[in-house]
Amino acid sequence: MRKLLLILLFAPLAALAAGGGYRLDRAPINPNDLVSLQSGARTFVNYCMNCHGAQYLRYNKLTEIGLTEAQIKDNLMFTADKVGETMKVALSTKDGKAWFGVAPPDLSVIARARGVDWLYTYLRTFYRDPKTPNGWNNAVFPNVGMPHVLWTLQGERGLKIEKVKDLGGHEKTEYHWTQLSDGTQSAVEYDRTARDLVNFLAWVGEPTASARKRIGIIVLWVLGVLFIFAWLLKRSYWKDIH
Amino acid sequence: MASRLMALWDWVDSRMPTLGEEYRKHMSEYYAPKNFNFWYYFGALSIMVLAIQILSGIWLTMSYKPDAALAFGSVEYIMRDVPGGWIIRYIHTTGASAFFVVVYLHMFRGLLYGSYKAPRELVWIFGVLIYLTLMGEAFFGYLLPWGQMSYWGAQVIVNLFGTVPFIGPDLAVWIRGDYVVSDATLNRFFALHVIALPLALIGLVAAHILALHDVGSNNPDGIEIKKNKGPDGKPLDGIPFHPYYTVKDLAGAVVFLALFSVVVFFVPEMGGYFIEYNNFVPADPLVTPAHIAPVWYFTPYYSILRAVPPLFHSQFPGVMAMGLATMILFFLPWLDRSPVKSIRYRGPYWKFAVTVFVITFFMLGYLGTEPTTVWGQFGFDAFFLDTPDVATWGARVGTVIYFLFFFLMPWYTARDTVKPVPERVTS
Repeated sequence: MRKLLLILLFAPLAALAAGGGYRLDRAPINPNDLVSLQSGARTFVNYCMNCHGAQYLRYNKLTEIGLTEAQIKDNLMFTADKVGETMKVALSTKDGKAWFGVAPPDLSVIARARGVDWLYTYLRTFYRDPKTPNGWNNAVFPNVGMPHVLWTLQGERGLKIEKVKDLGGHEKTEYHWTQLSDGTQSAVEYDRTARDLVNFLAWVGEPTASARKRIGIIVLWVLGVLFIFAWLLKRSYWKDIH
Repeated sequence: MASRLMALWDWVDSRMPTLGEEYRKHMSEYYAPKNFNFWYYFGALSIMVLAIQILSGIWLTMSYKPDAALAFGSVEYIMRDVPGGWIIRYIHTTGASAFFVVVYLHMFRGLLYGSYKAPRELVWIFGVLIYLTLMGEAFFGYLLPWGQMSYWGAQVIVNLFGTVPFIGPDLAVWIRGDYVVSDATLNRFFALHVIALPLALIGLVAAHILALHDVGSNNPDGIEIKKNKGPDGKPLDGIPFHPYYTVKDLAGAVVFLALFSVVVFFVPEMGGYFIEYNNFVPADPLVTPAHIAPVWYFTPYYSILRAVPPLFHSQFPGVMAMGLATMILFFLPWLDRSPVKSIRYRGPYWKFAVTVFVITFFMLGYLGTEPTTVWGQFGFDAFFLDTPDVATWGARVGTVIYFLFFFLMPWYTARDTVKPVPERVTS
């Protein structure tokens, strides 16, 4: 136990010290873009939900991104009977562990844990790697257990990672991407698919986020008006104090 | 209507005169100095945040499940399915940090104006007890969401008790109720967080205020207003707390609530400082996060803990240093030997010491949120460098300054030059 404490307190934090790794792209998401959110929901249900759930999100919550209950039932519900059920996954934790090495995590709050930029970059940086058990690897998350589920869309890509020295003698990593086979989407279309999926995951992370901001503005106005009266009250009471 | 209310009040008053007496003693006839400035809002605001935390906490408890298998999900249930649940939870998470913000500012006010000096030593001691209880309250509460940071933060802190010589390992097991942080730990932390420590806090706050009202409030000039009384026996520089300071604090409270609301409604995570991103990953006893950082209000002390090198492979010296760093606050009234209270009439030694102390406290706080490699490493090797991390050495310098501020205080406060203190408060 003492050793554990020492490790926790003094570990040089190899992962962080390594210098951050692959540079993250900014995710161009827009929480008000309902078309993008719906497209992301479709991608999520058709691709991600084979292994990942969103167990804290109910299907009928999707009405908030502009879908009707009939649309949800007909197009998005494959693993549940009632529209009030949560988006659970059929894959068991045990099977997940056996097949991928780690159980695929639930994605309800993944956007809040990882951040949208990380997700957006991660989804776009899978590459072929014969050294891994499933033949795929990822530039952002090296040796990830997840294969490239969206590869039919993006196609197969290859990556050569080179350590080079810049003019100042500092070591840096260069990434050289190659397209090995074409997918059904162009690079621009695939970026949009990833963007929509991340947009949806960000919404799933906190479906009340837009209501939160809307209510916040009202609250601040009310407090602003209240302050005027509170200040006038204070001023009139303190008139005689010098 | 008014006469009926008066009749009702008379009816109560004739049966229980204590109510009226206490109201007069603590509100309408409690004479507070009339020259309170900005720094004097934070005592009343601390009480308000305590009330906010108790109320939002009661509502959270209605839906939260203190169970290792259900806790994480029940928090998300509150965030999504409980009507208004997200707002109650964000109020509580923001309130936790806001509590420390106002308490730190309140304590700093005490330092600026010498509010801990005689005859207010007991007020200060109760205040330090409140601060320590609040730290415990925050620590126990932080485990409840059962995220990765909750879990590993608790693991690290409980292990600190494990470093105590001889009894350490047994003590740690006794605290956890298990060999690792587990369901048993969660349940007992829940009990301590929702009933034991809040009760202690309320009692200590009551003692803090009663002790204050017996001796009277200090003020930015550090003058005892009771020394200058009018023919009616009331302090010439005092005004009744109610209505003067109740209406003033009301205006201050509205400003505070506006700032509070900006966090609750627009940046509830506060960039990872109020809600850590890693806490959105459910607790996993088998996966240690790469970087464990406590929430910002503990980080100055966490820095001190990390700064002290281990002795015989034991982290106990660091734990001792951290404990001493908080315990030394109790002795502040006796360490400060200056004849004047307020910084307004103190000399350059004190002003320099307080400035350096504040900068050091912020630096230690910052370093505690970052990995020890944040400032890079020394490019050379030497026999005395047990660690090449620059930030660790920065924290060591900070730790030394932190303790020097207190240990040297009897010396530099006694030697410092002071200005003459006026008879009456200045406006």
